[in-house]
Amino acid sequence: MTDNQPIAVKAEGLHKRFVTTEEEVHAVNDVSFEICAGDFVALHGPSGCGKSTLLLMTGALLSPDEGVIEIAGKNPYELKAEGRAAFRAEHVGFVFQQFHLIPYLNVLDNVLIGDLANRSSGGESNGDRARELLEKFNIGHRLHHVPSKLSIGEQQRVALARALLHSPELVLADEPTGNLDPENSEIILQHLADFADDGGAVIMVTHDDRAKAAAKSAMHLDGGEMISSDQQGEKKEGQGE
Amino acid sequence: MNLRRLVMREIFHRKTNFFLALLGAALAIVCVLATLAAMRSFELNSDALIAKMEADTQKEMKQLEDDIRKTMKGLGFNIYIFPKDQDMSEVYDQGYASKTMPEEYATILANSKIVTVNHLLPSLTQKLEWPEKKRNVILIGVRGEVPLAHRDPKSPLIDPVKKGELVLGYELHRSLGLKLGDELMFKGKSFKLSKAYQERGSKDDITIWMNLTECQELLGKKGLINAIQALECNCATLDRLGEIRAELMQILPNTQITETGSTALARAESRTKAKATAQKQIATAKQHRKQASAERERFAGVLLPIVLLFAMAWIAMLAFMNVRERVTEIGVLRAIGVSSKIILTAFLSRAVVAGLLGASLGAVFFAVIYPLLKERFFHGITLGEVISVSECAWLLLAAPFLAAVSAWLPSLMAAQKDPADVLRYD
Repeated sequence: MTDNQPIAVKAEGLHKRFVTTEEEVHAVNDVSFEICAGDFVALHGPSGCGKSTLLLMTGALLSPDEGVIEIAGKNPYELKAEGRAAFRAEHVGFVFQQFHLIPYLNVLDNVLIGDLANRSSGGESNGDRARELLEKFNIGHRLHHVPSKLSIGEQQRVALARALLHSPELVLADEPTGNLDPENSEIILQHLADFADDGGAVIMVTHDDRAKAAAKSAMHLDGGEMISSDQQGEKKEGQGE
Repeated sequence: MNLRRLVMREIFHRKTNFFLALLGAALAIVCVLATLAAMRSFELNSDALIAKMEADTQKEMKQLEDDIRKTMKGLGFNIYIFPKDQDMSEVYDQGYASKTMPEEYATILANSKIVTVNHLLPSLTQKLEWPEKKRNVILIGVRGEVPLAHRDPKSPLIDPVKKGELVLGYELHRSLGLKLGDELMFKGKSFKLSKAYQERGSKDDITIWMNLTECQELLGKKGLINAIQALECNCATLDRLGEIRAELMQILPNTQITETGSTALARAESRTKAKATAQKQIATAKQHRKQASAERERFAGVLLPIVLLFAMAWIAMLAFMNVRERVTEIGVLRAIGVSSKIILTAFLSRAVVAGLLGASLGAVFFAVIYPLLKERFFHGITLGEVISVSECAWLLLAAPFLAAVSAWLPSLMAAQKDPADVLRYD
């Protein structure tokens, strides 16, 4: 946790179970953490350890069975579905491994797609902000290209611009460098680090050692439990990676 | 970025799906328009045929009635009204009635609203000896026709005989060597021969016609007649005599009537029957048209819902496919905060655009091909006569509505998609 910074996300005693016909899976088991503005946290652990579930819960997308989450001081699960959607639009940005750009929209429209959420709550268009972000990510010259015409790295930068459009307090990135070459991974990690330096909070699910290294701190999850939490850059001995 | 842009971009991106939905709407509209046009053109055409049949029959019947009238008129009176107590065997034996009735009967009849007879001619007939010439003659007193009060005056069949004048049959004037203008004495009274008939080969050849009043005075039967001759109206039905008798009995209950048969009557009856047959044929044609129309309506009542249901199912299936194809997109949109209402609107808008465009294209296509098919399938009736602009407008409004209804369930599924489910298994 970064000193003297406001808390961006606070989770206490999170539990999440999935019941199938054969068994009950305890995907997240009593997980608590605090992440402040300016933190860039790598969340890692083996496959199926509950990282994505924890990320979805943190992103106000999946309600915990037990426990409380507060983002920017508010518990989004106290809101109804539509209110939670508006909450996400305002406070949370998402970056996915597969980018999930909308194939029929050009670069600028893909970034501005968040305006659909913003507009429904009476917001204005963020055309200038989108252009500024795309220029910053060095794809300002490809505003009117559709995703299929972009390189993998460019696509991920567009996805990152989309996540940052409404200047959220929190960015949740699920394996953002999983499909990228080292050079593009470096660029994305740098942009995420810049976002954190500018006062945002980043939680990044990753298996990539370079990504872990780029993060300021790390949380290790295994079997749904938090094995180690080094949110001040000091990894606990005998725990974590 | 706005919803319209998103919808239009997606439509251009997934052209095939959209085109197939549009095609479904277009085909449904073409089917609806074609069915309506076929039904309407059939109705209009059969109405026109029946109207023509009726007009032709009317014209033909009018011509026939005129022919009958002329024929009957040419043949003379065929209805005889006698006093009720007259023995008809005596009439058939001697050719006239011995009993009398008041002359005013003719006036009463003329002033009534009788419709089954016309050309009323009262007469007084008697066989007697012409004393001055020692000849047996038939004396007939006539006053000319009594005009019917409720009808337009018709030209008389027999002109009245003026007072002081006589009209003689052929045998009388020939055998006595008389000429027009000769002065004649009849029962002590002087008359002038005003007309001499050509040979008729009947009792008319030994008949003397005289003014009715003078005849009544000479025979001592003032104010009396023994027959009223009339011409039956060709408006009578097949039971001609029965109809005339029924009407006459209400007006002059103390009379009886008889009808003289003729070829004209037979012809009139056959023509009346022809008229009845023609009217029956028209009624049958109308009945057939009604039945055929009802059958077509029943057929359309089954066909149109099937077509519409098929089109709606088609659009719904394509909407389901579209939703399935866009599951990740929906998940991402929901994750970044787009409301379910906007997702629902986006999918419904797509269906509405497909419905509206499809219906418009279908209507335009139908309007273009209609002239080519008009003669063969639509009885040559123009499109404007079978489909009104307002009907077309209603269809164009209904199509996007039905398309939206069709896409409602898939759109709702899309709107209610849980982004966590989508992204967790991604």
